[in-house]
Amino acid sequence: MSDPVSALNRVTFDGFVKVEEMGPRGMITLRGDHALPEVKNAATGVAGVNFPGQRECRVVEERGLAWMSPDELLVMVPHGEADTAVASMESDLDGTHSLAVNVSDARAVFRIIGPGAREVLAKLCPVDLSPEAFVPGTIRRTRAAQVPVAFWMVEEDVFELVCFRSVAAYVFDLLKTAAIPGSEVGYF
Amino acid sequence: MLILTCPYCGVSGEETEFHAGGEAHLKRFGPGSSDADFESYLFHRENPKGVHFERWRHVSGCGKWFHAARCTTTLEVFGTYTAQTSEPPQSIKDAITAKRPGWTWRDFA
Repeated sequence: MSDPVSALNRVTFDGFVKVEEMGPRGMITLRGDHALPEVKNAATGVAGVNFPGQRECRVVEERGLAWMSPDELLVMVPHGEADTAVASMESDLDGTHSLAVNVSDARAVFRIIGPGAREVLAKLCPVDLSPEAFVPGTIRRTRAAQVPVAFWMVEEDVFELVCFRSVAAYVFDLLKTAAIPGSEVGYF
Repeated sequence: MLILTCPYCGVSGEETEFHAGGEAHLKRFGPGSSDADFESYLFHRENPKGVHFERWRHVSGCGKWFHAARCTTTLEVFGTYTAQTSEPPQSIKDAITAKRPGWTWRDFA
């Protein structure tokens, strides 16, 4: 089989923070009632992390669960495991009103690393990124300039951001511009 | 700039993250209804100076539709509430009454 290629092929930029495109990541949209034990078990079974509460994202390495809306989860696994993970979830969810779809290749993943990471995102998104308001483990779906994105904080000074693959170059350009050395605001 | 709180994901965001969906609590008149009812459903909208009820969608966020009660003159938001209702909940009505005693909007007061 041919090798999966991500939108920008792991391009990186070193500004006052480091921006890198992460390469292929297995991503599965799971829709269903979060209160159902079948949905919880299906999600935690393949992701290997605890079920997230409202606006929480739990990520360990390439695996994780993100709360996307009251009836939607983003399940992350290594790229090669996505199809088996979907099959495994579908068998767990047999008879439950739900939907699991492999959307890995529909998205691009970026990492923003460095002490100014909050500032780079705050320049682009209408979100309170102060250390009191946005803590590791929080996910926020919003817009970056003109396109929808979602980002979460892996640990202090490290964010992961996902956007649609078709706008990956636009988002990378945005992040580069926001991270140009000399453009630090020093707000946070 | 409006600051709206999505009742589904709890995010307080500014209005560019949301999309306005027109007047709230319209009752649909479809096939079989009178011409007057259909005309009213299709065309007649409130355009108040003051308390107003609207539908909004958290378009760049969780994607859910919800309702908002706000003032069109001050941009004050009295509250947001679920889309799964045909009438504002009492708590929203009370919040409006506290700020704008004697308000009315269509059949609500």
